[in-house]
Amino acid sequence: MLETLFPNVDWPAMWEATLETIYMTAVSTLFTFIIGLVLGVVLFLTAPNQLWANKVVNWLSGAFVNIFRSIPFIILIILLIPFTKFLIGSIRGPNAALPALIIGAAPFYARMVLIALKEIDKGVIEAARSMGATTWTIIRKVLLPESKPALISGITVTAIALVGYTAMAGIIGAGGLGTLAFLDGFQRSREDVTLVSTILILVIVFAVQFVGDFLTSRSDKR
Amino acid sequence: MIELKGLTKVFDTGKARLTAVDHVDLRVPAGEIFGIIGYSGAGKSTLIRLLNGLEKPSEGSVEINGQNITAISGPKLRKARQKVSMIFQHFNLLWSRTVRENIEFPLEIAGVGKEERRKRSAELIELVGLEGRETAYPAQLSGGQKQRVGIARALANDPEVLLCDEATSALDPQTTDAILDLLVDINKRLGLTIVLITHEMHVIRKICHRVAVMEDGRVVELGEVLHVFQHPKENITKRFVAQVTETEDSAETVRHLREQYPEGQLVKLIFVGDQAEQPILTQLIREYQVEVNIVHGNISHTQRGAYGTLILQLKGTADEIAKALAFLGAHDVQTEVMGNA
Ligand SMILES: Nc1ncnc2c1ncn2[C@@H]1O[C@H](COP(=O)(O)OP(=O)(O)OP(=O)(O)O)[C@@H](O)[C@H]1O
Ligand SMILES: [Mg+2]
Repeated sequence: MLETLFPNVDWPAMWEATLETIYMTAVSTLFTFIIGLVLGVVLFLTAPNQLWANKVVNWLSGAFVNIFRSIPFIILIILLIPFTKFLIGSIRGPNAALPALIIGAAPFYARMVLIALKEIDKGVIEAARSMGATTWTIIRKVLLPESKPALISGITVTAIALVGYTAMAGIIGAGGLGTLAFLDGFQRSREDVTLVSTILILVIVFAVQFVGDFLTSRSDKR
Repeated sequence: MIELKGLTKVFDTGKARLTAVDHVDLRVPAGEIFGIIGYSGAGKSTLIRLLNGLEKPSEGSVEINGQNITAISGPKLRKARQKVSMIFQHFNLLWSRTVRENIEFPLEIAGVGKEERRKRSAELIELVGLEGRETAYPAQLSGGQKQRVGIARALANDPEVLLCDEATSALDPQTTDAILDLLVDINKRLGLTIVLITHEMHVIRKICHRVAVMEDGRVVELGEVLHVFQHPKENITKRFVAQVTETEDSAETVRHLREQYPEGQLVKLIFVGDQAEQPILTQLIREYQVEVNIVHGNISHTQRGAYGTLILQLKGTADEIAKALAFLGAHDVQTEVMGNA
């Protein structure tokens, strides 16, 4: 049945590519989350009238975020080739895609973190200060928990974007479903391979969306 | 005791300089409920935020129980803030935490252990009357309940001073009264000093011992609530007092009343706060051969008793009426005969 519908699909290879895509998405999402969160919190707290108000740091982190958010991903990969070589030792394979994926997505997520933190009622931060909380306590016990639903929905959107980025990285040889769809499917005119790869990517995206939505609504007590 | 000396706060917003608090000198003895009233923009919030160091003064000092709040910072200031807690107009609860977790938050900040926190929060929940709602989230509570959580949270670290910034302004009149009763109860039970700011004279009248009237960053009038009610000096104060009592009856109304009540004698009683009006009236009616009709009344209840006027029509022999008036005089009620029919 599957053989007749998709004569050219090499199922073990397809499976392996799927795992590679999941691997790249998961690892890059994890690092994007951590780096984006730190950057977002720094952007928030160093803004004028905030707890760490600091023009220089705010400007620098803002510039970093804006520049890397604006560079098209495909160009970012090329720009980062020397860096990737130095870090990973190769520019092929799933691990080689990670630096570009993370550097491309973390600023994007940092923006979303900033927006989420700005949504927090200033009054609760003031209340925490009036109780004698340190800034660290405010970050841990006020800023992050109070913006949790937005942080989760933000990382969901970012993870989905990262699935797309992995496919793009696949075209220049990162592996995963992108490579399979492009090299095996498109370049050799095997439409069935492209189709199955696409379906699998969609399945991954929907799964991420589903889990993200579930976690978001569960954390929202408003 | 709280002592403010020459307290001034100037906001420098680029081109404009705004003096939000202007050389305020105040002393609030321990255990007092002190009210600050003023219109929007008078500088009340800025003043109260200076008291716990959320705002740094441009000039002057704040001393709370011998500690100069304006001179300390860092860990010392954070420690001091645990003893000067605050409640807010919009409650400022963490929506991601349950009632109990919100109340435990300041205890976490103070480094209190888990078991002790649980015990303390249970006591506080009982104190503010929220039993059964421990695991509710703020979104599931009414405004009055949210403020109860705010109060419990503020009391968690056994503060010496409670600052209330428009704590009842977002509540309906009935809920306001319940919250005010709770504050009075806490003040009596825990001997806590309360500084509250409001733009409602009703709040001042109901729970404050003394009041300061603020206008343009300055304290323009200060005194015992009852005294300020009876003898408001500044125009702004008169307007606030008029919120809760219509002032002096004009000659017009007196004539009108006389026409309406042609018989007997009209007497105006003035209560100045050290006596409750009801027992006195009851006694008057029981013990003297006079018929008493209440013609007009305007009584406010303050922390130090009733304040206001009551106009009575007394019918009976001249002798009995004279005795009745003597009785009232003996009970420190000022009387004023408004004329015979
Ligand atoms: N951070 C700030 N920067 C600049 N100006 C400020 C700041 N905070 C307050 N002000 C100004 O100080 C004045 C007093 O404000 P404040 O909030 O103390 O008034 P308020 O009496 O509490 O008024 P309301 O009843 O509306 O709460 C206002 O004119 C306000 O615009
Ligand atoms: Mg205010």
